[in-house]
Amino acid sequence: MNATLKLLASAPWSAKFGLVVIFGYAFIAIFAPVLTPYGETEIVGAEFELWGEEFILGTDSLGRDMLTRLIYGARNTIGIAFLTTGLAFLLGSVTGFLAAAISGWVDQLLSRIVDVLMAIPALIFGLLVLTIVGTSIVNMVLVIAVLESTRVFRLARAVAMGVVVMDYVEAARLRGEGLWWIMSREVLPNALPPLVAEFGLRFCFVFLFISALSFLGLGIQPPTADWGSMVRDNATLMTFGDITPLVPAAAIALLTVAVNFVVDWFLHKASGLKE
Amino acid sequence: MSEQSDQDILLRIRGLRIEGMSGDSWQEIVHGVDLDLRKGEVLGLIGESGAGKSTIGLAAMGYARDGCRITGGEILFDGMDLAAAKDSEKRHLWGSRISYVAQSAAAAFNPAHRLIDQFTEAPVQHGLSDKATSEAEARELFTRLQLPDPDGIGQRYPHQVSGGQLQRAMTAMAMSCKPDLIIFDEPTTALDVTTQIEVLAAIRDAVEAFGTAAIYITHDLAVVAQMADRIMVLRHGNLVEEGETRSMLADPKETYTQNLLAVRSFKSAEMANPVGEEPLLRVDNVTAAYGKIPVLHGVSVDIHKKRTVAVVGESGSGKSTLARVITGLLPAASGAVSYNGEILPPNYRQRSKDQLRRMQMIYQMPDTALNPRQRIRDIIGRPVAFYLGLSGKQLEDRVRELLSLIELEPDDYIDRLSTELSGGQKQRICIARALAAEPQLIICDEVTSALDQLVAEEILKLLQRLQDELDLSYMFITHDLATVRAIADEVVVMLQGEVVEHGSKTEMFKPPHHDYTDLLLSSVPEMDPDWLDNLLAERAELAKQGRVLKAADH
Repeated sequence: MNATLKLLASAPWSAKFGLVVIFGYAFIAIFAPVLTPYGETEIVGAEFELWGEEFILGTDSLGRDMLTRLIYGARNTIGIAFLTTGLAFLLGSVTGFLAAAISGWVDQLLSRIVDVLMAIPALIFGLLVLTIVGTSIVNMVLVIAVLESTRVFRLARAVAMGVVVMDYVEAARLRGEGLWWIMSREVLPNALPPLVAEFGLRFCFVFLFISALSFLGLGIQPPTADWGSMVRDNATLMTFGDITPLVPAAAIALLTVAVNFVVDWFLHKASGLKE
Repeated sequence: MSEQSDQDILLRIRGLRIEGMSGDSWQEIVHGVDLDLRKGEVLGLIGESGAGKSTIGLAAMGYARDGCRITGGEILFDGMDLAAAKDSEKRHLWGSRISYVAQSAAAAFNPAHRLIDQFTEAPVQHGLSDKATSEAEARELFTRLQLPDPDGIGQRYPHQVSGGQLQRAMTAMAMSCKPDLIIFDEPTTALDVTTQIEVLAAIRDAVEAFGTAAIYITHDLAVVAQMADRIMVLRHGNLVEEGETRSMLADPKETYTQNLLAVRSFKSAEMANPVGEEPLLRVDNVTAAYGKIPVLHGVSVDIHKKRTVAVVGESGSGKSTLARVITGLLPAASGAVSYNGEILPPNYRQRSKDQLRRMQMIYQMPDTALNPRQRIRDIIGRPVAFYLGLSGKQLEDRVRELLSLIELEPDDYIDRLSTELSGGQKQRICIARALAAEPQLIICDEVTSALDQLVAEEILKLLQRLQDELDLSYMFITHDLATVRAIADEVVVMLQGEVVEHGSKTEMFKPPHHDYTDLLLSSVPEMDPDWLDNLLAERAELAKQGRVLKAADH
């Protein structure tokens, strides 16, 4: 515990700022029902009311409180992005480690599948598949997770390739250890730092991906609050010089920047460990 | 050179202090070293890793590598203080009056340029010579350094010549401006012992012929004995002892120097193979290949119970491949490996847990042989749990017992990460991991070559003790004949994937032999300062009789 505190104290200001923002977002997401003055989908006033006493950030196109939806949006968007990234990492690193540890035809097969998936632009591919299988949160999470896992696979495979040639892995093989033990005990701990750093970056991309899909109408479906669709639904306000639609956009931007600050710091630490 | 007049002094270092960056803070790594070098003198700097010898060598040029800084003292080169000199002033000296020969010539040459162009660069750049003259001088130097085809070799690229030739080309390059001082930083450490001889002889001859002063840095006292007029022994950034080569070798004052001198004296008593007993491991007429490239051609080796078989040969001779075949990592193309009379499946995946358990391996690089993310408890505990099924208190006790066996205090080490240990301690942990499986045979692949000499000797003694206590058999792969002399009962000499000779240790160290065995055996440097002269004279004599002992790539 003390070591963790010391580590945090030694972090540069950018990483500290990033951590504060991330914890702030997490706090808001978890305590959303307590923090909000109204219900998530409750219509509380007229359409497009201005910022004021009653509605701090005004109301949206249906007369729902913007601030309330912004806070619930944190919960939905971040929660789903987190779940999706986690799934992408599980899939990507397990297959990546398998490809590196077994090599031969398994590696060939997995790598070629990934090549094919990566050859098609992710957003277009995502739109296509979602149009076919239908839009639901489960479908969206699965589709994005598979698409993003290709990048994770590439990284996990490359890192694991460097680890499996080490003598300690050879020693484990000669001991007669099974594939699972080698992957989880010998390869994973040594491949973890670059993977954790990649997790932060991937999280941002997934987040933007979801927001983009929502903006296009194929992501998180109404009436669930979500930042991407909030930007789209209220985009018309921009033409009247009202900056309200920029608030959810700014929330996305801020989180992305904060995560990247922390990731940069972690990458720096991780590369220092290797010396 | 007995009178020390100031005119004779080429380099004078006083109170040299150097700091190195460790973690986030500067720490002093050289603590006020004095050094004098007379014109034309060869000074040997010797010490184990971390002694600061390379750092001092570079400081003699007024240079501190990245992460190091010179914080005190003066470095007077021909009257000029290099510690205080500006970079532009030093650049005039570097290459023309002081030059440097690095350990790895392969990494120090630019692979994109021909040797001759890299040779002429310094003299032309410093305006000392034009290209044509410099090329003519290059050919002369190449001849002097006994490079084959001195007229044509300059046209080759670095990858087109062998390691030993490249090291000599690098020496030639260092001499291209006829400098006053050359710093040799372990120039032969990366070479095979048979190639080392030629390089040592060539360097010594050239330095003598031009009257160049030199600082010769190495960890091998036997090598420095051949090269230097005077020796400085360093340890942890301090001077331990300094003296004329012959008097120091004859009568070392400090305990540390005495230990260094005694390092090759450890010898275990040889035990003859029991007659009529089935060998523990029998490698019978094995051939193996990497893809389509054949590496082993019909190799047969027997290892008996409680015996140590040393497999020697230079790099590329197939000795490590033999270990891979025995362990099943590289399945043999033909032939068989049998253990206790029972033929083992060629691939390790088909071998039973018990077959795997009986044969353990210790690696050359303890750094890569231990998982840096695991604690000692898990590294040693895993084979115990895996093979013997112990757990909980019993497992813990066994791990502690194994740590005591390899002479590490269990309470201090059991919870450490392997990255918190020194090289020698790591190698001990590797030994403990092998012992944890309770094997009968341990394959040791160059286990001491990455370690400092004194540490290496401790490891050899430990292995010998363990053999006596636990009735182990060893297969000892090595290129170092001092190791063979120390621990082997039987010796197998390999050359280009074949066994050229084998026999008991006593037999093998008594001539006459196969040409290659003789070459290998006679090439191991000895502490005697006359050893190189005598050896070269002996070889010249043999050559007259039509028997040429020379490294294959010469």
